[in-house]
Amino acid sequence: MAMLEIKDLEVFYGVIQAIKGISFKVNEGEVVALIGANGAGKTTILQTITGLLSPKKGNIIFEGQELTKIPAHKIVSLGMAHVPEGRRVFAQFTVYQNLLMGAYTRKDKNEIEASLAAVYKRFPRLEERKNQIAGTLSGGEQQMLAMGRALMSKPRIILMDEPSMGLSPILVNEIFDIIQSVSASGTTVLLVEQNAKKALSIADRAYVLETGKIVQEGKAEALLNDDSIKKAYLGE
Amino acid sequence: MSFISYLKDGISLGSIYAIIALGYTMVYGIAKMLNFAHGDVIMVGAFVILAAITKAGLSPLLSIILAVVLCTVLGITIEMVAYRPLRKASSNLAVLITAIGVSYLLQNVALLVFGADAKSFVTVINVPTLVLFDGQLTIKGITIVTIAACIIIMCGLTLFVNKTKPGHAMKAVSEDRDAAQLMGVNVNSTISLTFAIGSGLAAIAGLLLCSAYPTLTPYTGAMPGIKAFVAAVFGGIGSIPGAMIGGILLGVIEIFGKAYISSQVADAIVFAVLIIVLLVKPTGLFGKNVQEKV
Ligand SMILES: Nc1ncnc2c1ncn2[C@@H]1O[C@H](COP(=O)(O)OP(=O)(O)O)[C@@H](O)[C@H]1O
Ligand SMILES: [Mg+2]
Repeated sequence: MAMLEIKDLEVFYGVIQAIKGISFKVNEGEVVALIGANGAGKTTILQTITGLLSPKKGNIIFEGQELTKIPAHKIVSLGMAHVPEGRRVFAQFTVYQNLLMGAYTRKDKNEIEASLAAVYKRFPRLEERKNQIAGTLSGGEQQMLAMGRALMSKPRIILMDEPSMGLSPILVNEIFDIIQSVSASGTTVLLVEQNAKKALSIADRAYVLETGKIVQEGKAEALLNDDSIKKAYLGE
Repeated sequence: MSFISYLKDGISLGSIYAIIALGYTMVYGIAKMLNFAHGDVIMVGAFVILAAITKAGLSPLLSIILAVVLCTVLGITIEMVAYRPLRKASSNLAVLITAIGVSYLLQNVALLVFGADAKSFVTVINVPTLVLFDGQLTIKGITIVTIAACIIIMCGLTLFVNKTKPGHAMKAVSEDRDAAQLMGVNVNSTISLTFAIGSGLAAIAGLLLCSAYPTLTPYTGAMPGIKAFVAAVFGGIGSIPGAMIGGILLGVIEIFGKAYISSQVADAIVFAVLIIVLLVKPTGLFGKNVQEKV
């Protein structure tokens, strides 16, 4: 059984239909990429999964549980973290306070310190800047903070929305290395990206989204070598 | 000595504005709405105290506790019944108009229950007058209590927001409601808590206001409510220290305006100062300079 399964999802903004009947699944341990141009509906899908938007139709089943009726604030404690588009760190909070917000629903107080140490180990720059106000961090550091904050909830699956957006090529590589290491440490990843080449290079499988519909799916490797994908998304 | 005396009166009045302004500013910061019914909760609090003492014969302390509890419940109820259903509405105007409606509702219910004639408030706070400099400066007990209450509330609230988990949740919701939900913060209960605190403080403000100016009508809360709103904007709406400083400055300006310029135009001076501050610094004294995120 898939860890996360989306069935016939339809999402509207007022009368405008952004998601037009989408189904896909993510198996435990996988890195699944959702690629597509700006406006294809990637962010809408992630926000619907974590309850920030309500679907008009369809099911979202996470580890056998229907999520569409569960309010957004109860999702994280089910083991699902969402790194939103544009980082959305709490700009007035320090790095440390942001990370603690990530552990907001955790009851295992004693183990939060250990998670914090693990995040600092993964992101040494966050430890150096732990007392800095998050709003004054660079874009790359904010992305690391957003990822670290998500990891503080000890998620079994992490949804990432365009983590490479607006970053320099070096930082993009760094961020993708981190995503791979998060995956290697046992967390399932659903990755949304416009940077299709990068996303496909680390993903197991991928879905291609165009104006609210899935137009192609398959093994990431196969998609990397697909002529139509190459032309439309890889700039080759 | 009259200068000092006016200053003390100004700080005292300003402390009341500050306590009311805290309710405005917290609700604005967290729920992103202007709760224009906030001033009328003050009036309700004062009536509850008056009725509890004169009609039910409760002790002053019990009456105050009763007023705080009832206003807290009233605040939570107003939010749940009137504002929450509109939270997802596309227009902020709908919420604003509803708030004005709730304000009139509270005034009219008070009119119905207590009548239109002014009631004289009872003495609840019995603290002796302080006489300084061989009687050149006297500070009334209520003045001391008001200023002390304001300081205690301010410190307590600052500690609460910065040191407790619900306080962090409030700050997180005020910064980014969606991101806060992704962390597991229940936005509805955080907003309820904010209304609870603001309305509980309004009861205290009602007590202090009516103890200093002991007449009570269904409209008693309206003008102080508006002025406290001005104070909150003046200090930078959304900012807790801003509400405090804004409130006190407003009180001092009002009393000085009355004393040195004219008691008729004192209120106009207050609003003129607000306009000047907003022209120079549109976000208010302590307002955050909102950075547009790319
Ligand atoms: N808040 C909104 N109101 C109305 N339309 C929206 C809103 N957010 C997104 N859309 C529309 O929904 C579609 C999908 O947007 P989005 O999910 O943000 O795409 P992506 O993340 O793939 O760039 C776009 O056509 C976009 O214009
Ligand atoms: Mg997007």
